Amino acid sequence: MSGEVQAAAVLGGFAESETQEGGGPRGLPRRRRVGLGDWLLPVYTVLAFVFLLIPIVYTFVFSFNDSIKSNISWRGFTLDKWLNVCNVEGGAVCQAFTNSIVIGLVATVIATTLGTLIAIALVRYRFRARSAISLLLFLPMATPEVVLGAGLAAQFLAVGVPKDMTTIILAHTMFCISFVVVTVKARVASLDPALEEAGRDLYGSPSQVFWRITFPLLTPGILAAALLSFSLSFDDFIITNFNSGSVSTFPKYIYISASRGIPAEANVIASAVFLFALVLVIGTQVSRAARAKRLAKLG
Amino acid sequence: MAVREFAERGADLELVGIQKRFPGFTAIEELDLVIPAGSFFALLGPSGCGKTTTLRLVAGLEEPTRGRILIGGKDVTDTKSHERPVNTVFQSYALFPHMTVIENVAFGLKRRRISDAVAKAHEALRLVELDHLAQRRPQQLSGGQQQRVALARAIVNRPALLLLDEPLGALDLKLRRQMQLELKTIQEEVGLTFLHVTHDQEEAMTMADTVAVMNKGAIEQMGAPAELYELPRTVFVANFLGQSNLFTGQVVGTTSTAITVEAADARIVVPTARAQRHQGEVAVGVRPEKVVLHTEEPAATADRNVLGPGRVIDVSFSGVSTQYLVDLGALGTVVVFAQNVGSGPVAGLGAEVWVSWEVAHGFGLDDVPVEAGRFPADDSTTSIAAQRREGLVSELEEH
Repeated sequence: MSGEVQAAAVLGGFAESETQEGGGPRGLPRRRRVGLGDWLLPVYTVLAFVFLLIPIVYTFVFSFNDSIKSNISWRGFTLDKWLNVCNVEGGAVCQAFTNSIVIGLVATVIATTLGTLIAIALVRYRFRARSAISLLLFLPMATPEVVLGAGLAAQFLAVGVPKDMTTIILAHTMFCISFVVVTVKARVASLDPALEEAGRDLYGSPSQVFWRITFPLLTPGILAAALLSFSLSFDDFIITNFNSGSVSTFPKYIYISASRGIPAEANVIASAVFLFALVLVIGTQVSRAARAKRLAKLG
Repeated sequence: MAVREFAERGADLELVGIQKRFPGFTAIEELDLVIPAGSFFALLGPSGCGKTTTLRLVAGLEEPTRGRILIGGKDVTDTKSHERPVNTVFQSYALFPHMTVIENVAFGLKRRRISDAVAKAHEALRLVELDHLAQRRPQQLSGGQQQRVALARAIVNRPALLLLDEPLGALDLKLRRQMQLELKTIQEEVGLTFLHVTHDQEEAMTMADTVAVMNKGAIEQMGAPAELYELPRTVFVANFLGQSNLFTGQVVGTTSTAITVEAADARIVVPTARAQRHQGEVAVGVRPEKVVLHTEEPAATADRNVLGPGRVIDVSFSGVSTQYLVDLGALGTVVVFAQNVGSGPVAGLGAEVWVSWEVAHGFGLDDVPVEAGRFPADDSTTSIAAQRREGLVSELEEH
């Protein structure tokens, strides 16, 4: 009995899949032709990925190279560079890396806070010189970095501010604000003002409405802006180079050491940053999938 | 402001000399309005008539340019929105997407630090029969369910005054009817004052105790639905609230009980008590369902107005009734609704007919139609939208 049912189900399934795959009229299977598009796209995709990933793979592999001075030819596998990353050159790599992280974090926090407030003001309120400010905020993005860096350096010199971590943070905050404003503005514009009105209508004081409604709804935009700021700051070489004085950042360290051979320790840190980002992305995807599953179960 | 406690009953709402100007236009010219406690009050009007602005002023989301707002006798004109004992059901529902249904409903209670917020929120959800969906997010609900959550979120606070901003606009017809009934039931159960803003005349008439018809920033007429329908005072009300057959002419005779108006070559008699103006040029009218169609000339009697002969130029059958369009020459076109009590139409297309109605059913208006056009839907939202679209299309074609 159950065998029959199963057979029927299999037959039914078969019939179904046949009509689905057939696609032609009355379920007749369409003759498959192997066309150019069938292999061109996969080959192209693989090539594109190889092209994008080769430098990263190279960096990763050479972080295990048992190099002495320059890290250009393969001399054998070692874990030494990973284990003793801060022990070469008096820990210069690690110092530069730490500086970059600190600068990135501080600049991100300041730029994200100010940028978010500016974005809300620009979308929600009508005030004098509003469009002029909107336009001016684009300037740091449109101006070549060399000009921006040099101009800022000249200013610091004129005012007599010594170049150190603070000047770097100021410089980074300046160009990050533009990107934060642009990112968060889009999010604010898509936020229905009725939601905040509903919050006020439901006895929420202005600060309660901001923290319980506006801020949570803007969070995705703010996080994206913060991530963007941090990576822009962490990455920046040109503006930093003009305004850092004797302070070393990771990009600056690499640039300077490139002339006499980049030590494998730099590869170690670059690889670590890459792996960290990879874990972050995978983690986000997994948790998102889990949430979608949970929601689907609820629904 | 004591919003920490629940309102024990609905409160009066009083608007005194309200004016609201926005840069470039005036939304409300001059508005005086008293809504008694516990009533279901509808503000009815076409889009752009100022009804939503009125609601936002009461909610505290806009500030009046001039005038005072009193709730329960207390002046709240300068009170902030979150300190007013008022809650709103928004047109777009405005449910917080990052909170669950129960968090949405408990939001107002928690802001007021009312004890047992969650238990009370569940109770409100049971009232709208949605307690089983308490843990869902708003976007996982259907439009009708979202609407009920929005309603629960407002009434759970037991506001002295509940504002409804076309909350049924996005629902389909069947759901609308159901929600109209539910709203009415809830209003009677909780005894709050409801102020309902809508452009749907049928909705306003079926739900409200009192309807105020708004036009161009002012109230044209206010009263019980039946009163407004039976005795409209202005052309706008006569045409916006249902359909009307209107005739314009000079008053040629006045007695203590009736006035006689000469329109084209016909004489129409209207009871004096039902006419706003008793001399000069006036507009008189009658509702289409009060008009009877005759295929032979009826004998003239004192208590009936008879017009004709005319020609039937359109017959449209709509199940319960049939609508005839009768061309009366210089008098214009008359709409007649005939109940389909017999079988088949009373008169066919092109037939020669007379129309008549009881004198007691006629009404005289305070103003006269501006144009000859007598199509009642002229001021409805859809026709405004259509006109705008036409304007845009012709503008595009010019370029």
